[in-house]
Amino acid sequence: MSWPPDWLITLLEKNSLITAFFVVGSILWFSSFLSTTLTRGRIHGSAIAIFMGLALAYMGGIVMEGEKGFADVPLMAGIGLLGGSMFRDLAIVATAFGVRLQEFLATGLSGVISLILGIFISFLVGGLVAYGFGYRDAVSITTIGAGAATYIVGPVTGGALEASSEVIALSVAAGLVKSILVMTLTPFVAKSIGLDNPRSALIFGGLMGTTSGVAAGLAATDAKLVPYGAMTATFYTGLGCLLGPSLIFMLIKAIV
Amino acid sequence: MVIYGTALLAFCMLVGLIVGQLLGDLLGIGKNVGGVGIAMLLLIVMSDWLRRRDRLPVPTQQGVLFWSSIYIPIVVAMAASQNVVKAATGGWLALLAGVASVVACLALVPLLSRIGSGQTTDPDTQTGDGK
Repeated sequence: MSWPPDWLITLLEKNSLITAFFVVGSILWFSSFLSTTLTRGRIHGSAIAIFMGLALAYMGGIVMEGEKGFADVPLMAGIGLLGGSMFRDLAIVATAFGVRLQEFLATGLSGVISLILGIFISFLVGGLVAYGFGYRDAVSITTIGAGAATYIVGPVTGGALEASSEVIALSVAAGLVKSILVMTLTPFVAKSIGLDNPRSALIFGGLMGTTSGVAAGLAATDAKLVPYGAMTATFYTGLGCLLGPSLIFMLIKAIV
Repeated sequence: MVIYGTALLAFCMLVGLIVGQLLGDLLGIGKNVGGVGIAMLLLIVMSDWLRRRDRLPVPTQQGVLFWSSIYIPIVVAMAASQNVVKAATGGWLALLAGVASVVACLALVPLLSRIGSGQTTDPDTQTGDGK
């Protein structure tokens, strides 16, 4: 009889969410083990776990040639459900429990400023890179700039402006690079940019905007900061989709 | 009962998403605008109100706290279901655009943290304590 037997695979697939709980739990256990033994706690266990998740996503993507990384492995379909927007958003909302309203209201204005500034800076920087790579039409420059905002703003803006599919694919890739960088880089730069209080977390979320990046980056830095960063970040994509194909496109068109 | 807390959480999330969707439609972008953020605000306000009226017993709180404590595992699952291969195959343009935007925004965090932080110091005269 071959191992693993078919009935076991069927059983695990049928209970995919439960399988995911076990797999993710094992990843976290192994990560905190590595964190204490190899780094003596200097690198947060959750940072290692997120990195392992990304590595698994890469391997899954190579093997399955799908879009959902490790979750495209049939046995791991539950990972896709657990890590999908439904559970992610529920958990993000839950982190707000116990946060005091005053803390949000006191930083309200800097949250708004960071959001607007974050969107414009990303379009500017992404657009400049596109220009540097030889793109001269406002549609392509805006779309790639939108990708530098988030990987959702990119295709939404590109779709509205009727950009070529090649440019839209590039904008998605740029957004994915950003999200993965924010996930992995945040715990290492947190100290030097003063990311250690609710206020700077709120500003960080508004500037970065990638919900998944901010969510994971802050989780690996200090879980207490999550609700503040996630709060502003969740407004970013919607606002970016609003400003991208309209105001920002017109600005870029006027310049080019 | 524990489920009351989870139901409260679910209610806040659904209301937030509905409002976010309506807001997105109103703005004509068809995308959800800040639904999760609105849900968070709603949960903060509702739990504060319930707590002050002593209507938030420990079991109810546990129904919410479980989901916030399972947040990191969910984020790990989310990381494992990202399209990492596509990010890696986007070439130099995608890599550079992503890196540049992250670096630029990271650099702005300390700057913005200082502005309007209660203290009206000139950003050029670095006082060091940006409280």
